[in-house]
Amino acid sequence: MEAALGHAILTVWGALGFDAELMARYGPRVVDGLWTTLGLVAVSCTVGFLLALPLGVALVEGGRVTRALCLSFSTFFRGTPLLAQVFLVYYGAGQFRDALDAVGLWGVFRDAWWCVAITFTLNTAAYQGEIIRGGVRSVARGQGEAAAALGLRRGQTYLTVILPQALAQGLRPLGNELVLMIKASSIASVVTVYDVLGATKYAFSRSYDFEVYLWAALIYLVLVETVRRVWNLLERRATRHLRPREA
Amino acid sequence: MTDLFGLLSFGSGGWGDDLARGVVVTITLALATLPLGLALGLGVALLKNAKGRIARALGELYTTVFRGLPELLTILIVAFGAPRLIAALTGATVEINSFVAGVVALGLVFGAFSSEVLLAAIRAVPKGQSESAAALGLSRRLAFRLVVFPQLWRVALPGLSNTWLVLLKDTSLVSVIALADLTRQTNLAVNATKQPFFFYLVACLLYLALSGLSTAIARRLEARADRGFAAAGR
Repeated sequence: MEAALGHAILTVWGALGFDAELMARYGPRVVDGLWTTLGLVAVSCTVGFLLALPLGVALVEGGRVTRALCLSFSTFFRGTPLLAQVFLVYYGAGQFRDALDAVGLWGVFRDAWWCVAITFTLNTAAYQGEIIRGGVRSVARGQGEAAAALGLRRGQTYLTVILPQALAQGLRPLGNELVLMIKASSIASVVTVYDVLGATKYAFSRSYDFEVYLWAALIYLVLVETVRRVWNLLERRATRHLRPREA
Repeated sequence: MTDLFGLLSFGSGGWGDDLARGVVVTITLALATLPLGLALGLGVALLKNAKGRIARALGELYTTVFRGLPELLTILIVAFGAPRLIAALTGATVEINSFVAGVVALGLVFGAFSSEVLLAAIRAVPKGQSESAAALGLSRRLAFRLVVFPQLWRVALPGLSNTWLVLLKDTSLVSVIALADLTRQTNLAVNATKQPFFFYLVACLLYLALSGLSTAIARRLEARADRGFAAAGR
């Protein structure tokens, strides 16, 4: 069954003008790379989102010191190239090997995948934090006052009144950030992670066949367009109560 | 600590001059990309605003492709693909240097993002503006230059300055095809000194400074473009 399916894919591939033999040789690696890419993006965007929630709220509600700290974090990660950040963590960690060994974290920082995942997480947390900050600020002040009048505590107010509205507001930019992260994840290939681009570069270095880069382009385009369209549908559905009813 | 700062000195013992040269390449690359990117962006925006269905489809296709591809992949495709394409079309073997490949690749990406900004700006200027300019006897060209463009520019500036900031950071990706920009020069310093954390931190701070400088310039341009416009609120 699987062999038949594989054969069918190769036939279609050949009919499209692509090299079926090249596909048979390097295709599986690129598919593995796709899983690596998806894993990286899923982990960093999810953990980044969990970090962004308190970050975004602190940017609005925090005291002078908290706000200054959060703002520096956000400015650093949004104002510098992701590639430089990846280098800073991946190569920089080696300098602190003894200290990291002492706390048992060297195993994490020795691994390129983890270094990249950590950097991506912090980077996207900074961007998502700004989106959440904007969302929180867009919620009318009366909402918080009304919640207070009803006797809700500050934390409850945020969880049940402000954040749901802030997130509805931020849904579209969060989708854009997800797409940007999928594209940016290709930077992982620079530090030896075999994501889609990493596997493609490997295939190119072996075969010298430029076609493999076109595969990668196709994969990223399909991935990005799919995510963009599905997210738009979800966004429309999640915010349908905010639109005037259609006649 | 003093050792570390000694590493940043200019001259044979330090890497200060090498990093400074990298900064110059980074700025030159970004500035060289800007006109190409803006021209492509304006062209694609006009395509997307055109009446013809084919023109619009072409504009949309361009945007989808170059906004959807990872910038790093675009750079590699241009760097490795362009010589092959030229060889296939003309039979001539050419070497494309990494600076040109970087400008072309980043320009294609900048064009895709700026076309969206410019399209929104074109649509934000009411038709009545160019009509009244025509009624006053201005030629189409003069009407665009004196009436439409200043208003379009005002709307487009914030979006364009965002796109510029993205471009500035994306220049670091060109280090992958061995252009001696700030990131590449930092790599060399790290290889020689074995001080990765310090040097990459310095590089990050230099990029931050460039971003900060750009933002300050953009603010001034925006204030200038806003003259004669009374904003609502505040």
